[in-house]
Amino acid sequence: MSQHRTAGEDLALLTAHEASRCLAEGKVSSVQLTQRMLDRISQSQNNVFITVNLKALEEAAAADARRAKGEVRGPLDGIPMALKDNISTQGLRTTCASRMLADFVPPYSATVARRLSDAGCVLLGKLNMDEFAMGSTSENSYFGAVKNPKDPQRVAGGSSGGSAAAVAENLAYFTLGSDTGGSVRQPAAMCGVMGMKPTYGRISRYGVVAFASSLDQIGPITKDAEDCALVLAAIAGKDPYDGSSLANPLPDYLAALEGGAKGLRIGIPKEYMGEGISPEVRAAVEAMAKTLEDQGAVVESCSLPRTEYALSAYYVISSAEACSNLGRYDGVKYGYRTKEYKNLAEMIEKTRSEGFGDEVKRRILLGTYTLSAGYFDAYYKRAQQARTLIMEDFRKVFHQYDVLLTPTSPVTAWPLGQKHANPLELYAMDVCTVSVNVAGLPACSVPCGLDSQGLPIGAQFIANTLGEAVLLRAAAAAEKGGSV
Amino acid sequence: MTITIETVQHIAHLAKLQLSDTEMSRLADEMEKIVGFADKLGELDIEGVKPTTHAVAVHNVLRDDELKPSYDRGKILQNAPERDAACFLVPKVVE
Repeated sequence: MSQHRTAGEDLALLTAHEASRCLAEGKVSSVQLTQRMLDRISQSQNNVFITVNLKALEEAAAADARRAKGEVRGPLDGIPMALKDNISTQGLRTTCASRMLADFVPPYSATVARRLSDAGCVLLGKLNMDEFAMGSTSENSYFGAVKNPKDPQRVAGGSSGGSAAAVAENLAYFTLGSDTGGSVRQPAAMCGVMGMKPTYGRISRYGVVAFASSLDQIGPITKDAEDCALVLAAIAGKDPYDGSSLANPLPDYLAALEGGAKGLRIGIPKEYMGEGISPEVRAAVEAMAKTLEDQGAVVESCSLPRTEYALSAYYVISSAEACSNLGRYDGVKYGYRTKEYKNLAEMIEKTRSEGFGDEVKRRILLGTYTLSAGYFDAYYKRAQQARTLIMEDFRKVFHQYDVLLTPTSPVTAWPLGQKHANPLELYAMDVCTVSVNVAGLPACSVPCGLDSQGLPIGAQFIANTLGEAVLLRAAAAAEKGGSV
Repeated sequence: MTITIETVQHIAHLAKLQLSDTEMSRLADEMEKIVGFADKLGELDIEGVKPTTHAVAVHNVLRDDELKPSYDRGKILQNAPERDAACFLVPKVVE
């Protein structure tokens, strides 16, 4: 953060705040930044974008015109960015990486898309993902798998794989993803960038295609903590269109970056550092803890005893909510409709069977099963009770600690197409991230060095409800620490 | 918990999904494993524990009942697979 690069270097490598400064100093125009991104997008081989916005240059020219008239809207005015393809954009197709919505053009924009547009951002396009955000690899896409820019033979993580890859490959200055069980943080970790999942309700979900409504949250994916603060400030806050959005005032996120590690109380929950975590990942997280300790943080081991139940609770709750949310895809009002059918019932069944991919069907069936007569108490209700206990665990440790530090993913990016004998093996990869969604807490993943194969490792900070500012403080301190 | 092909058939019917025989036997197998994993929740002592539906407590968000313009009908209909004037068109359901 200390050395600010300028327009003299490759424009693509700038962070959003550096690009913003270049715009402010008149060294570069939004049209130039946008053209640079569009050129890179057209040359990229990693299947990161599903749709490119043909009006991007027009939006950039408008930003330049505002600047010329002295009507700059703020630090993000003129900055090119891109959105995960489950975030509705008026007039620009929004597919959720599903055949079901392959031709869907939203009649309105999500609140986050509108807020970024109001802040002057240029929309470059829509990013590839796992279908309906269900997956940990971004391979479950109707449009094909996303490749990891750090190693195109490997997965980019998921479900916001396109959002993370776009930032890692310098195809956008920042992106938004969505995180239901780790879908912003895990791909950010695997691609070596920063990703934050704020507190449930901190950011409006209006216009974001629903997966699991009590867990879903939008989050920024950025090159550093300062960019994360800028984007968060632009999109967070109450939205009359989302009843679950929180009205609490926004703290000064940029000021939080200056807090430093001194006096920061960091807990490392032992349940996140044990079996199943690769030794290299564990060592990298421990090294980061040491760096923060050297800067004056207090680091201790702590315990979240009910962690082992979070994954089961997560898959029960998310699948149940998904099967309900995905009931709306019936081929009547929008989306795919099967070609041949004899009656309404057959039309709906064939539409759903042809429109959804395998993973989506599996989760719909699982959710339908756990909600069906005779099983509700054993699964869904019990999962929600487990949720209460998991939240209690967190509440207790946050009496003692400002943030928790854990790995984001137990392993680094694995090869594309790797077969998993059963879906559970893949579900187990979400073990470090799901508790946060179950408890509604904010968390972020920050780059934490490379493994012996040169693949990025991510470290996760978790804070108490509405603790985004302390996450930014910890993330900025970790960047300064140079363990990155 | 054993998940039989009949169970999958029943669930698929409830979820309005058509599955081939191969899909059904694969899914019976996969679901048995996943549900078996969810059975882990049975180990927890949940006596008297209140279920949490939303992690952040926001209750009864109300607004004034004011008349406001809504979305344009034509715009909403533009994504319909089949439409007729101002209606979504589906196969006849009543003789």
